[in-house]
Amino acid sequence: MKPLLKKLVEAYGPSGYEGQVRDLIRAEIRNIPDYITMDPLGNLIAVVKKKAKSGKKVMLSAHMDEIGVMVSHIDERSYARFQNIGGVFPLHCVGSRVRFADGTVGVIGVDEKRDDATKIPALSDLFIDVGATSKDDCPVKVGDAAGFYRPMEELGHRLIAKSMDDRVGAAILIETLRALKSTPHEVAFVFSVQEEVGLRGAGTAAFGLDADLGIAVDVTRTGDTPNGLKMAVELGGGAAIKVRDSGMIADPRIKDLLVQRAQEARIKTQLEILERGSTDAAAMQIARGGLPAGCISIPTRYLHSPSEMVDFRDVQACVNLLLAVLQRPIEI
Amino acid sequence: MAKKPVRKAAPKPRRPAARLAPQRAKAPARDQRPQLQPLVRPPKATASEMDLLRELCNAIAVSGDEGAVRRIVLDAIRDHVDEVRVDALGNVLAVKRSKRSSQRTPRLLVAAHMDEVGFMLTGHESDGSLRFELVGGVEERTLLGKPVLVGPKRLPGVIGAAPVHLLKDDRRNAVTKVSQMRIDIGVDSADAAKRWVKMGERGGFTTEFAVVGPSLRGKALDNRLGCATLIELLRAPAVYDFDLHAAFTVQEEVGLRGARVVAYAVDPACAFVLDCTPARDLPSSDDRENTQYNSRLGLGPAIYISDKGMISNDRLVRYLQQTADAAGLPYQFRQPGGGGTDAGAIHLAREGVPTVSVSVPGRYPHSPVMLARTEDWRNTVKLMRLALENWTPQVLKR
Amino acid sequence: METLLLSHLKELTTAPGVSGYEHHVRDLIRAAWTPLTDEPHTDRLGSLWAIKHGTGAKPRPRIMLAAHMDAIGLMVSQVEGEFLRVVPIGGIDARVMPGQLVTVHGREDLPGVVAEPPAFLLPKANREGVVPLSELLVDTGLPADTLRVSGLVKAGDVISFAQSPVELQNELLAAKSLDNRASVAALTVCLETLKSRPPVWDVIAVATVQEEVGLQGARASAFALHPDLAVAVDVTHGSGPASKEYADKTFPLGGGPVLGLGPNIHPGLHAALKAAADRAEMPYTVEPMPAHSGTDAYAIQIARAGIPTMVVSIPLRNMHTPVEVLSLKDVARVGRLLAEFIAGLSADFMNTLTLD
Repeated sequence: MKPLLKKLVEAYGPSGYEGQVRDLIRAEIRNIPDYITMDPLGNLIAVVKKKAKSGKKVMLSAHMDEIGVMVSHIDERSYARFQNIGGVFPLHCVGSRVRFADGTVGVIGVDEKRDDATKIPALSDLFIDVGATSKDDCPVKVGDAAGFYRPMEELGHRLIAKSMDDRVGAAILIETLRALKSTPHEVAFVFSVQEEVGLRGAGTAAFGLDADLGIAVDVTRTGDTPNGLKMAVELGGGAAIKVRDSGMIADPRIKDLLVQRAQEARIKTQLEILERGSTDAAAMQIARGGLPAGCISIPTRYLHSPSEMVDFRDVQACVNLLLAVLQRPIEI
Repeated sequence: MAKKPVRKAAPKPRRPAARLAPQRAKAPARDQRPQLQPLVRPPKATASEMDLLRELCNAIAVSGDEGAVRRIVLDAIRDHVDEVRVDALGNVLAVKRSKRSSQRTPRLLVAAHMDEVGFMLTGHESDGSLRFELVGGVEERTLLGKPVLVGPKRLPGVIGAAPVHLLKDDRRNAVTKVSQMRIDIGVDSADAAKRWVKMGERGGFTTEFAVVGPSLRGKALDNRLGCATLIELLRAPAVYDFDLHAAFTVQEEVGLRGARVVAYAVDPACAFVLDCTPARDLPSSDDRENTQYNSRLGLGPAIYISDKGMISNDRLVRYLQQTADAAGLPYQFRQPGGGGTDAGAIHLAREGVPTVSVSVPGRYPHSPVMLARTEDWRNTVKLMRLALENWTPQVLKR
Repeated sequence: METLLLSHLKELTTAPGVSGYEHHVRDLIRAAWTPLTDEPHTDRLGSLWAIKHGTGAKPRPRIMLAAHMDAIGLMVSQVEGEFLRVVPIGGIDARVMPGQLVTVHGREDLPGVVAEPPAFLLPKANREGVVPLSELLVDTGLPADTLRVSGLVKAGDVISFAQSPVELQNELLAAKSLDNRASVAALTVCLETLKSRPPVWDVIAVATVQEEVGLQGARASAFALHPDLAVAVDVTHGSGPASKEYADKTFPLGGGPVLGLGPNIHPGLHAALKAAADRAEMPYTVEPMPAHSGTDAYAIQIARAGIPTMVVSIPLRNMHTPVEVLSLKDVARVGRLLAEFIAGLSADFMNTLTLD
């Protein structure tokens, strides 16, 4: 699974421009599901058809998109001003590298003379330098989108990469799809778009699928760094089962189902309460007439920085938990 | 890509050098406007097109109370469409069917919002003045010392200000809150005021529409320009291979509410949204380059790549760009970032709708007086006419 | 009379006439006053005199009625691309400027609007609070090359407010430049009324210039005229919804003329005007003016060897905004009060005038 994860996290796919990572995923899952389709907003949907009468229609969602930046203005000397795509923090930008769809790489610099040099700069104080030597050879234009650019690193059990959020979720879905030998349910594996800018893809996909229940697979924060958040989730503590976040209260039936299956299969899990942040599950929950929804989370440090860190054992636990749920009947 | 040849196109897309698409590095956009005369004469509006725009701008239709503009729209389009109806929220939905319209004919939605920002009367003071609250994002610092019209009868009033002579220094610099402002209609008791206006009635600015040189000046250019454009598209004697669904929406300024239900009802294959986007192309106080202008007057219709509510469907963005290039029309890309249009609600309807927004740039939105260039409006109308005439389902194929 | 007064007032307020550039409105006033008087005269600084000879034997005493015809406005300091930077003429209230319609008096009169730049274009210190005039711009809707190439607008061109008059209920009128065209209109009413009550004294109605920028017109006119008495007619703060906490310093609309009292006013004159109001059975209020009256009277009083002065005011809401509001009734009353007072002036009034 690690080579798959490396391909996914290093791929280009800021919100709205998920094409390259969508093609990558499509190639990885070819011929495994009963059919693969793409909906109007670009969500990739792979469906394993229902096997038993009592089977449920289950929607699983992991988002393909990553946070990024979009060029808003090119000045006379080809420095590019930019806007954020999703939650981009200026703190993580200065000195970071970004990569555009065509492979052009740039570095983010900061205005030396700004209103208060002791404070963290605002996004409007930053610019991208693509190394153009004059205005006539600038390879980027207004509207071009870029993601952060960092290769994945392995440190024993720990993996570091940009866009672990949520390519690790996509990897989990792909692994689950590959390992799923039999299931009574119809399972739609949704690789969603535009989660980072407002859970947009998941909402429309949920409308179209009209499932019986939904489970998102996304990252969550941890409380285990120095002077860190007061949060019970920690790297290596197992798959996190979401209780609530700032966008939803997980449906207790889904939460209980996950807890129960984890216990039965002796999968290491921890309960998650997240103060700020939400996932595709919140959009699934309010689709159509409502959908019982929950989330399996991968604990991640340094979220929305170019170096997000997960514990591979937690990732495997998520796959195992998802399989445990899908392989047996669901009573809710 | 388009099945039909593009009409009015030069055989090879040849854009005059003076036209700037700000994203091309070869001719980068600057804050200075191009010096050369355009090779193509800027299109003009006919007298009746200008009169329609005048009527639309001078009418007052605050979010939730759009009747005055709805009446003008219904009168203007009734004889040019196959069906028209008004839904539960007040949206006007009109359909121009294709020649062989069937269940499988694709539906194209074009939307423009009818509402403007304004006020709602919320209380009577004992001295006859009126308390009010804002509807939509009115620029609060433009309210003091302005005349207004309140109620369905458009009763004149003024938002007065304590004389600056009497204010101490700290008060002179304090921004007056709306809760402290009052509308004065000239009566001196609450009883007298109640004979003229009722609580809940709406009010708006008084600015009369005018053509000023190359510019249009009036209140509510956001979004009467979009409405006027959509009316012209319905009146155009074109025949399409799709059913054209036009929606004049309500309550955009207070949360895109009309658009949401329209998109659900129409369930189109794709959508175009017409609006007016801020042009913040003013100089900076300290001569630094203005890099956050959003859009600029005189550079043509502004095509949206991304705003707070939506990332445009990139096929539609390319389609508009190619349509404009082929016809030698100027256009600009609105800077990505904040703001939004009805598209934010439309593209998330049901299973999702490929959508793009196109706006006429306008200065000073949500204030008593807006400014836009006639040329930008006419080029927007032209671009949309061509885009509709040449649209086929191939446009959306990836 | 009301309808004639309303249209006269509308005409007067609509005309531009920013301090130092009063010629437009001067021509209008000359046209209105000439049929009512014997001799028009424009003095050295541009103030308009309309002289009505009295019936008394020469040498006749003379009374000066001063109403400033200038209005506050703006002046172009710089043409910056397609925008204009401006400086104030007179006391401009920055709070009400954003979104105001204006007229730029360049080579032609150009319609414009005052623009408040978005916060990111302003210096940090000005992003909250009221944006000062120095950071506001005027947008004429014309592109930069039009402004520059034809010299259509240049530094030094004046800008006036362009707000049209608005009729409110109860004969209240909202307009720009009611300060002080309302007083000019009151003088017109006075002169009209005097036609049927020829006074003994010479009456000189003076539409002064540059009151808003330092009373220059009044100072010069008073010196040149050296009247025996002078009454300055101006506006004062009217009570209304926007000035509730200033109840002491504001006066009711429809409450009649406001008679000033204080060091800038000769107490005997104050008493004489009061008596005239009583004779005419006219309501009035008294305005304590502890120091500078804020009117032409301040300069007139100390011209040459000193002149007894009086201040009569019209209550006005929202002063120095383009939506100043007054009651037409008050304008008419001020005119009639002055006529009553002047008609009652005997040839030896000056001998009876005392400070006690």
